[in-house]
Formats: sequence, C-alpha cells, structure tokens
Amino acid sequence: MEPLNAVVEWFTLPLQFDFMWRAMLVSVVAGAVCAVLSCWMTLIGWSLMGDAVSHAVLPGVVLSYLLGLPFAVGALVFGAGSVALIGVVNRTSRVKEDAVIGTVFTALFAVGVLLVSKIPSQTDLMHILFGNVLGVSDGDIAQVLAMGAVVLAVVLIKHRDLTLFAFDRVHAHAIGLSPRRLETLLLGLLAVTVVVALQAVGIILVVAMVIVPGATAYLLTDRFERMLVIAVAVSVTASVLGTYLSFHLDAATGGAVVAVQACAFALAYLFAPAHGVIARRLRERAASRPAAPDPAGR
Amino acid sequence: MTATAADPAAGTGHAPAPAIDAAGVTVRYGDVLALEDVALTVAPGRICGLLGTNGSGKSTLFSALIGLIRPARGRVLLHGRTPDRARKAGLVAYVPQSEQIDDAFPVRVRDVVMMGRYGHMGPTRRPRRADREAVAEALDRTGLTDLAHRRIGALSGGQRKRAFVARGIAQGARVFLLDEPFAGVDKGSEGTIIDVMRRMRDDGRTLLVSTHDLAGVGDFCDEAVLLQRRVLARGAPREVLTPQRLAEAFGMGRPDPAEEA
Repeated sequence: MEPLNAVVEWFTLPLQFDFMWRAMLVSVVAGAVCAVLSCWMTLIGWSLMGDAVSHAVLPGVVLSYLLGLPFAVGALVFGAGSVALIGVVNRTSRVKEDAVIGTVFTALFAVGVLLVSKIPSQTDLMHILFGNVLGVSDGDIAQVLAMGAVVLAVVLIKHRDLTLFAFDRVHAHAIGLSPRRLETLLLGLLAVTVVVALQAVGIILVVAMVIVPGATAYLLTDRFERMLVIAVAVSVTASVLGTYLSFHLDAATGGAVVAVQACAFALAYLFAPAHGVIARRLRERAASRPAAPDPAGR
Repeated sequence: MTATAADPAAGTGHAPAPAIDAAGVTVRYGDVLALEDVALTVAPGRICGLLGTNGSGKSTLFSALIGLIRPARGRVLLHGRTPDRARKAGLVAYVPQSEQIDDAFPVRVRDVVMMGRYGHMGPTRRPRRADREAVAEALDRTGLTDLAHRRIGALSGGQRKRAFVARGIAQGARVFLLDEPFAGVDKGSEGTIIDVMRRMRDDGRTLLVSTHDLAGVGDFCDEAVLLQRRVLARGAPREVLTPQRLAEAFGMGRPDPAEEA
C-alpha cells in the first residue's frame, strides 16, 4: 500500500492549500475554453493568428498594470485592435497575410517590451510573460470566469455557423450569410479566449492552449463533436496535471501545463489508431507485403 | 417524378425573368482584365455549359454571379434580383471545385447537406423537422442516402460533387453554379452526375456548368457559352463547338485531327 499512499498524497496534499484550489479553477476554466476554440483554430489553420493575438496583448497588459486597471481591459483592447489592424493592412496592401500578421504582432509586442522596462518589479514582468496562476486574486478569477462564460455562451449559440465558416465560406456567402462577420466573430472569440488563458500560462505560452488540444483531438477522430469533447478532455487533464506538477516541482505552472499538452499531442501523433504515425506505417507495410494466402480463397 | 419541395422563389407575376442575366460584365484584378463586356442570358430550366481554358474567366464569372466580386462595369440579375437579394432569398447554390474543399474536414455528408438549410433556420441553426425532411429528400434525389453518415472526404470525387448538389437542393436553390464538376471524376460517376443534373433541370432549375472538358457538352447541355475573357460564342452546343471557335478559345497550337483545312 506504500506506493498507493504516495500517489494519493501526491494528489491530496496540495489541495490543503487554498491557492491550489484557486489555481486549479483558473487552469481548468482556461483550459476548457481554449480547447473549445482550438478545434476551429486547427481546422481553419489559424495558429499564426493565435500567436499574433496573444503576443499583441502585451502592451495592453502592461498599460493596465501601470494604470491600475483590470488586466482584461488593456488586453482586450490590444487583442481586438491587433486583429483589426491585421485586417486593414491585409486588405489595403499587397503584402501577403502571414507577413502582415508577423509584422503587426511583433510591432505590438515590441511596444509592450518597451513599456515593460517602465515596470519597477521584475517579478511582475515574469508574471505577465509566464503567468502566475498560483497567485491569482479574486478579481482575476472573476474576470476569467466572466470571460470564459461569455465565450462558451457565444460558441454554444453560433457553433454551427463557425463550422460552416471553417468548412466552406463561399457557401456561407452564397446563402446570404456574411463570412466577414463570422470571421470577425471568431477572431473576437479568439481575443477574449487568449485573455482568459493569460492568467493561467502567461503571454508566451497562450498560443499552445488555443492550438494543441484541437490538434491532438484532430489526430484522434473524424467527427467534429467528438473532436470538441476530446480537446476539452485533453486540455482539462493537462491543466490539472500541470498544476500539480508545478506544485511538486516548484516550477512555472504555465510551462508545466503546456508540457503536459505537448506530451498528449506526442502520444496521439505516435499512437492514434487511425491517423497516428505508427498505425499508418503498419498499414503501409501490410499493403506492400504480398497478399497472404486467404482462407476464403479470393 | 414528383414535384420538388416548396419553391422559395416568389413568382414574379408576368413574363418570367431569365434565371441568369448578365450584361456588360467587366472585371479587373489590378491591371489584369479578367472579364470584358460579358453578356450571358440563361432561361429557367436550362443547362448551360460554360466552356473555356483554365484562366479564361469561368471562375471569375461565377464569383461575379454570386456577388463575391463586384464587376467594374455591367450588371448581374438572377431571377430578376441582384446577387445580394438572390443570395438572401436562397436562390443560388455554388458547387465548389474539388480542391476548394478540405478533404480531412470532420463533417459528415448529412452535415454538409444540412448547411444548405442554414438560410432558412433561426440564429442557432438548430434543424427542425422541415429541415431534416428537406435534407433526406435531397440525399435521396442524389442517391446518397446510404452514404449520409460518411465523412465528406471519404466519398469519391463524383459522390462528393453530388453531396454539394444535394446541399443546393436542400437549400431550395433555383440557380446552380457548378465549377468543373467532372474534374477528377471517373466516367461512371460522370454519368450519374449528368443524370442528377438532368432531373434538376426537369424540375425547372437552372444550371450553369463550367468545364474545360468538351467531350460531353453537346450531350447534356441545352446551350453553351465559349468564354475567353470575353464571350466568343453562345447558342446551341452544335453552333458553339465549331472547330474554328474552339481553336480560338483553346489555342491555335493544338493539333486537332477533326479540323478541316
């Protein structure tokens, strides 16, 4: 019973601390919301967009901090602003979209880096960049819960339109819907989601939260509904395990959560029953081998 | 054949307007003139072949017809309505080229066909009984009922085309734009697609079918348009598909044994 006790203790001991419950709550909510959105991000191919929005919020977060505003205010302004700016430059110049995205988000991130040097404490800087889920305030938790609820509610109402947009935007146009408006909606959801996850894993790693769960689930199923469920399951598990790991190893929570997600992706990449590398190799080998004598005689 | 599901296109009262009516359509991409003064009229219940090489402006014309691009000059009317109004009324369906669709996208055939109904649904697009019935009928008419639960990418090229046609039928569209429906489709499937197209025409729907494959055009099209940035010829397929005109549209360098010197 010795090892079993150790395992039980590994999971129960941290829960004696109030801050662990709070950290767990924020990680799990952020993980779930990000995972839902990640399914559409993966299918559309918007990982660079996720990277862009998450980096572009830096100046907003720093300004909020310096002005004593809730972090979400500045982050949302700059998240939505970066998306709008990318759209405008994309439509009004000949530069290709990925170059526009790369230019706009690094520009905003650079402004953030300049502003950061105005922050007196290095600890706060680290928290902005890498998250500080073990030290979230009641106000932070309230912001995360409110924004998470908004994203999930909008997704619940609009998920069919979002999938239509991801699958065939010409058809959306042809039946009188506005692909442009759906794109704006999805980008808006992305901006809010990034801000939700900011508290959990920090600016640098947010992009993983909105890509990796969807990418992992995509390797495991061909059904969109299942993809949503798997992505949320993977992401929430990673949030819980990552938070425990960070407690026991006394290491950064964001890094731990994303590392667990990466492990899940690696497992799916290798061992997924239909789309994994190993299964595909085995199929190829079986196909190339001369047909074994068939008892049916065909 | 039984009559089709409810006709969403309100009757216009007096003389029926052409299903497709384009005049003087000119489209520029920067300095490139993609379409020049294109005129095209197709009466309801006809199949019109849109012939031309790659880059002749077929896809651009489709985009102008569904209002994806605004012509620099000219006008487009579908059943007497502007593209915007026609789209809002669900009159027009676009059947995409194979490569425009992500094969691996996790949607089933039934989901795709249901997307045809979105314009008729409430804001959450939750299907009601009428929607499910329209989808079932569209699947039946295209012979896809047994494949309804397959992922769209698991279908053959020809079956996939029929799935997108079924989406337009479920939508109740009157005008169908089919972009290269025979590309990457074997002969047998081609025949099935043509059967489906003929039955749709017999329901009074109108089909504009772009293709650069001329073999079957005379067989299934009621009329044809030869496009090479502008309209080189239009009329009955026999009149359009003359060696001289084809040489003009498809390039002089091509040796053509049928051509009389």
